[in-house]
Amino acid sequence: MIEFTMPSLGADMESGTFVEWLVKPGDAVRRGQVVCVIETQKGAVEVEIWDEGVVERLVARPGDELPVGAVMAVLRGAAEPAGRADKPSPPAAERTPRASRPAKPQGGPPTTPAMPAAGRPRISPAARRRAVELGIDPATLVPSQPGAPLQLADVERAAAHPVAASTTRVAPSTSAEARKQAMREAIAAAMSRSNRDIPHYYLGTTLRLDAALDWLEAHNATRPLAERALLAALQLRAVALALRDVPALNGWYSEGAFLQAPDVRIAVATSLRGGGLVTPALRDVDQLSLPDLSGRLRDLLTRARGGQLRSSELSDATITVTNLGELGMESVFGVIYPPQVALVGFGRVVERPWVADGALVVARTVHASLAADHRATDGAVGARFLTRLAEYLEQPETLWKPES
Amino acid sequence: METGKLNPGALRKILFDCIASVAPEADFEALRTDRPWREELEIDSFDFQNILIAVSKRLGIEVPESDYRKLATLDTFVRYLAERMGAAG
Repeated sequence: MIEFTMPSLGADMESGTFVEWLVKPGDAVRRGQVVCVIETQKGAVEVEIWDEGVVERLVARPGDELPVGAVMAVLRGAAEPAGRADKPSPPAAERTPRASRPAKPQGGPPTTPAMPAAGRPRISPAARRRAVELGIDPATLVPSQPGAPLQLADVERAAAHPVAASTTRVAPSTSAEARKQAMREAIAAAMSRSNRDIPHYYLGTTLRLDAALDWLEAHNATRPLAERALLAALQLRAVALALRDVPALNGWYSEGAFLQAPDVRIAVATSLRGGGLVTPALRDVDQLSLPDLSGRLRDLLTRARGGQLRSSELSDATITVTNLGELGMESVFGVIYPPQVALVGFGRVVERPWVADGALVVARTVHASLAADHRATDGAVGARFLTRLAEYLEQPETLWKPES
Repeated sequence: METGKLNPGALRKILFDCIASVAPEADFEALRTDRPWREELEIDSFDFQNILIAVSKRLGIEVPESDYRKLATLDTFVRYLAERMGAAG
């Protein structure tokens, strides 16, 4: 038997409110599958499972407030004899210190249905989201095909004909104000811990972006709007490559020692309209092609702003990148998210007088900064990282080598 | 998609709709249309891309990246759209 438990999405998370199941007893689940939704200080989060097996019993019910580690469901392992009470064992990549990060869904419709409904129907994630948006309780809906999960079309049809489908409005369980307050508290807890525990040191450098911006414009010239790459994609790529060169900044500081991460997972600090901040993690930035990276970034930002992040995206970043330059600031020096040991900040693209080959020119530039944990590294390491970062961004042709 | 001749007032209304789809709290009454609007409304490059996608769906105009600087204020944005619509029609 495998126990599926309430995950920890940050050192300061003590409990979560169970929202709904996306699986039912008898269903086979695979690693990485989103199986339920919980509500935390960080907003509504889709929780993935990291075991294979068959759902034996669902323990958690909508509305239950459960401490971290509480059993939410029991699975029968595919190849396991019954009777073994294993703790769920996430893959190695998941068995890392948990970063604590505040997050919340965009100030919008409630994501938590107020009341549990016995025998909730199966429903596709898209349909569930739409139902929440419309304030419709999925339990009142009937799928168009008997036995099939509820589809988006079922929800839309119910919304168009509310009486026929006998929909009921779902009252929000938490007010927008309460939600905002909870998020403020989560940010306060994480940042206080950072300021208390982490002796930060700060480095900064201004680098020329003309080549990168020209390269980006050429890349985007032939692409439709939705496929155009953002400068942020190049910045994230440069951070990922520089981290491969200087891995001492990629990982976590835990119990008095630095633990280097096996791969690069960059948390992208994303401010939310209406206040607050989420920092979901992007994986494999050092492996992906630019079109793939752009697509993943677009997907992540869309879900971050829609309050539809997944548990793994909120729990295992190895470094954070913030981009306050988008709001007009020339430079930003960040506060590290424990247990990470570094945070990279990019400012606004600014035209400045620049000396190149002894001549004065007008150059487009950006200020890049590093906040790093002095327990884990010294300034020389940070300087090496920023130097590499600047080299990658100033020579955009080095960001994606032909072979990758 | 909108077709036929659109006057500047109609174009402006469409542009505001597209911006509001990304920034629903935007108060266009209070916004100076001759000032940089992206900073005012805290529109980052991802939001901006989504607004341009909304514009292209409504008007069929894909703004190339090299023209982004012409969209700095709402006035110049509307003027740009009017010119592109004129050229297209």
